[in-house]
Amino acid sequence: MDQPIIRIQNLQKSFGTLKVIDGLNFDVMKGEKLALIGPSGSGKTTILRILMTLEDISGGRIEINGEPLYHMTKGGAELPADEAHLHKMRRHVGMVFQHFNLFPHKTVLQNITLAPVLTQGVGRAAAESRARELLDMVGLADKAAYMPSQLSGGQKQRVAIARALALQPQIMLFDEVTSALDPELVEEVLEVMQRLARETDMTMLLVTHEMGFAHDFADRVLFFDKGRIVEQGPPDQIFTAPQEDRTKSFLRKIIAAGQRV
Amino acid sequence: MGDWSGYLTLILQGAWVTVKLTLMGSALALVVAFIAGLGRISGHAALRWLATGYIEFFRGTSIFVQLFWIYFVLPMTGLWAPTPMQAGVLALGLNVGAYGAEVVRGAILAVPRDQYEACTAVNLTRFQRMRHIILPQALPLMLPTFGNNAIELLKATSVVSLISLADMTFQAQVVRSQTGNTLLPFVTILLLYFAMSSVISFAIRRYERRVTRGLDGVR
Repeated sequence: MDQPIIRIQNLQKSFGTLKVIDGLNFDVMKGEKLALIGPSGSGKTTILRILMTLEDISGGRIEINGEPLYHMTKGGAELPADEAHLHKMRRHVGMVFQHFNLFPHKTVLQNITLAPVLTQGVGRAAAESRARELLDMVGLADKAAYMPSQLSGGQKQRVAIARALALQPQIMLFDEVTSALDPELVEEVLEVMQRLARETDMTMLLVTHEMGFAHDFADRVLFFDKGRIVEQGPPDQIFTAPQEDRTKSFLRKIIAAGQRV
Repeated sequence: MGDWSGYLTLILQGAWVTVKLTLMGSALALVVAFIAGLGRISGHAALRWLATGYIEFFRGTSIFVQLFWIYFVLPMTGLWAPTPMQAGVLALGLNVGAYGAEVVRGAILAVPRDQYEACTAVNLTRFQRMRHIILPQALPLMLPTFGNNAIELLKATSVVSLISLADMTFQAQVVRSQTGNTLLPFVTILLLYFAMSSVISFAIRRYERRVTRGLDGVR
């Protein structure tokens, strides 16, 4: 078997005295689509934020393509990663946020072309034609010249997906990307992600409260509670025949709230 | 009263000195405000410390005293003897720049954390983040206060009359002592100061409208 694209070993993360991730281990294979589910406060969003280097770690080790993310080797010794190392490693990873985080002072097109031009040395013309392809893919070809404030939430989120894709990361992180949307706008975003999952071999990690979507989207579902993986497996197994009591009670609550799983 | 046009010319010459002081002082204040404001939030402790020291010192002492130090004490070191104009610009720029630095810092910190995180996610360097994302969003927040600062600076220019630089206020005093007429020169400079500050307000407001275009609905 190939080496995993992400390897997480004994990961620890505390905020002050609060332990949010406690001795976490898991591997992700290239091209895998993972759904991370669980009650709020279970640490799933923190894992994505750690992979995007938005949070520091308190202990343990993460490797991406076999290379440590938060450590670097210098003169034979392993040291905590500096900004240059993190900058290099971030090229592999892209992220889409719950609240889109578009740049409000840039047009839709500029939001997408900015980073490829600045960080990857892509020519402006090439970046723009690639951005237009991506906008076409997310169904927003006619919105290139708009400002983000002129778009609906669903449209903003699709632009944010295009912005992340423009950097061609090997790993895409989706952090509750539909939670901030009005219900009628959720579908258009999920459709785009479904198509991405089908048509690309990108590795994707999805934190979501949409169980139905997690079921359709993922190859593997990880159920988290209190900073640990309680149970994991293919979606059919987790959603229809969960083994652990905590998984069962979580899913019961979700179903009681009216969601399809 | 037949000589009034001559006296008016005198006051207008003073007005030109005031305009020059205001423009050059504001330019210096702007540069210093950005340097010190960015220094205040720098990752380097030494830079932070230096910027904080400068800001606290120049906000905490009187502009009169600062001007006297630059004009009278600095030459005693043998390093540099500034002209009255240079001393005036330096004192005004450094004094108002210290206030501006806090405005720059506050505006930068007011840009939501979301924006910093988005920059990390698209892998911008710190410099690129500041230049392309944070400052363009912080600038509209700074402008109203910068406008106030520029007007404060304009009004403070009259301190240079104390080092015998013939600005508008200085010339009005000259006219008063030569003509014995108090009302006319002081009404004239009152109107001129007000006209100048109105120009500043108007210019800032126009610029503000320009840089906030497209940001409506965001703030």
